[in-house]
Amino acid sequence: MLDATEGYITEDGRNIGGVVMEMHNITLRFGGVVAIKDISFDIREGEIRAIIGPNGAGKSSMLNVISGFYNPQEGEVWYKGAKRPPMKPYQVARQGIARTFQNIALFDGMSVLDNIMTGRIRQMQAGLLAQALWKGKAEQEEVENREAVEKIIDFLEIQHIRKTPVGRLPYGLKKRVELARALAAEPSILLLDEPMAGMNVEEKEDMSRFVLDVNDEFGTTIALIEHDMGVVMDLSDRVVVMDYGKKIGDGSPDEVRNNQAVIDAYLGVAHD
Amino acid sequence: MFYREAGDFKTSYEADNQTFPIKFDRYRYYAVLVIAFAMVPFVINDYWVNAVFLPFLIYSIAAIGLNILVGYCGQVSLGTGGFMAVGAYACYKFMTGLDIWLMQDGEWVRYALPEINIFFSVILAGLVTSVVGVLFGLPSLRIKGFYLAVATLAAQFFLVWLFNKWSWTYNYSASGQISAPERTIMGVPVTGAETAPWAAYLFCLVFLTLSALIARNLTRGMAGRKWMAIRDMDIAAEIIGVNPLKAKLSAFAVSSFFVGIAGALFFAVYLGAVEVGEAFGINKSFLVLFMVIIGGLGSIFGSFAGAAFLVLLPVLLKNTLVGGLGWPTDLAAHLEFIIVGGLIVTFLVAEPHGLAQLWRVTKEKLRLWPFPH
Repeated sequence: MLDATEGYITEDGRNIGGVVMEMHNITLRFGGVVAIKDISFDIREGEIRAIIGPNGAGKSSMLNVISGFYNPQEGEVWYKGAKRPPMKPYQVARQGIARTFQNIALFDGMSVLDNIMTGRIRQMQAGLLAQALWKGKAEQEEVENREAVEKIIDFLEIQHIRKTPVGRLPYGLKKRVELARALAAEPSILLLDEPMAGMNVEEKEDMSRFVLDVNDEFGTTIALIEHDMGVVMDLSDRVVVMDYGKKIGDGSPDEVRNNQAVIDAYLGVAHD
Repeated sequence: MFYREAGDFKTSYEADNQTFPIKFDRYRYYAVLVIAFAMVPFVINDYWVNAVFLPFLIYSIAAIGLNILVGYCGQVSLGTGGFMAVGAYACYKFMTGLDIWLMQDGEWVRYALPEINIFFSVILAGLVTSVVGVLFGLPSLRIKGFYLAVATLAAQFFLVWLFNKWSWTYNYSASGQISAPERTIMGVPVTGAETAPWAAYLFCLVFLTLSALIARNLTRGMAGRKWMAIRDMDIAAEIIGVNPLKAKLSAFAVSSFFVGIAGALFFAVYLGAVEVGEAFGINKSFLVLFMVIIGGLGSIFGSFAGAAFLVLLPVLLKNTLVGGLGWPTDLAAHLEFIIVGGLIVTFLVAEPHGLAQLWRVTKEKLRLWPFPH
């Protein structure tokens, strides 16, 4: 077992660092329904961490706990070596945790460029007065951050639609714009909630390539939920498996694949 | 054909970020500025200023203000009339010398501050209104949509009631009205009976130009993006780092600032004397809201278009019906209601996104005209 601060090198030669986020015995309830029950796992710097499980296993709830949308009744979230107090989602975002949504949550009335620029909220601190006059820090920030955003636009190959209102785009491109918006924040942890849901094989291949490239080029830590097992097994370094709110497996893709509890959860098991 | 951007290449992000990135638009904008500032003042008379230009300029400021709140931030407000009243009364207090009552040796003593220049009075009135706006914007943190509209309706009725009852606000005058004394800028009167038409026009035009510039700068920058993010999907906005409290309240503050300036000008320059229930009643709130909706939500140009439509149309109709056809005035007045109402409905059915969208579509068409593709 690795120490929390120790890193390792993967088979394909990527550096994985120490633990950046740790969930300690998280329990989340909605009234009498227990969505997550006593789950602990960690996310290491630079790795691609998948969370899988059948429908209703509590994967999205887990992501919502990480992004601060839900505050768990029990358990602790540790981020960068410190215990995280209960926070509002926007405070979590400002700590460097960005996410995408299962059902696209873009700002339909705004252009692609504005959507992605909104992701730079952490980097743009000019006051209202400076913005009103469009002078000094405000003007400078607009240009600097635009440069950063253009890099991401190039990276995700969406140059041709940068001025298009998001509402007019097809589904696959919307997913990509949403990824761009999350990336624009230069997050330490990127949470992807089913980035490949509803895509055809080619779109999935594109998206997988983007996920790997993001991880490789920017060294971004990624936690993702995905239903396509082929994709998960190919992309991720480590996998957490959930079922009915409980953790039933955790480890490398190969370990998880051969775990009897996981096989039972996915294929069903005869109750006697 | 008429409208093209071919060959108009931008080589820096500054150039791409401008208000009018297309050269043709930019020159047209300069031309409008030159005409408005350097030519119109020489040719207008009293009738044009009072019937057309002043209401258009002042309502444009109010519409820009309301558009920031409703069109950009998605928070419906029916309190515009009340906020305009705050601007008017604040301006009145500042221009006549704000008086403060202090307790001294068990007695109330009145201290009057010096009168403030009318230009700064109007700006201060805007600031006071933005504080009041933030106060009445607080419910928006909990409620949305129609329910928020009803909550702001409370602001409308409360503020009008307040300015009726609180004699300090109208300097204890017996009639309960406020009337603007003569105030000058560099020796030229801009309020009061002696005001020249061109002076009143220019005074309001300066405020409109500044308001439009500020509004445009805010809405193309980060502040505007935060507002629009809240409008389009508030949960997603919060998760990517927009503080909903700050975004909503800043929209209320900026919006009320402009609405307050509009109210101050409406009272001091346009009407001269004001009875609050009559000048700033619920009708005003609806009128400005209609301007914003007809003009186009989330568009600065739309604010101008909406104000122009609702100010000019009645004047135009009255002139054609009474002046041109010689119909009796009462018949014309009733017909005017019917026609304006009918046109509003027609417009909204034909183009729900307002005149601004109509303009955008026209531009798209004109790019290619006379070719179909």
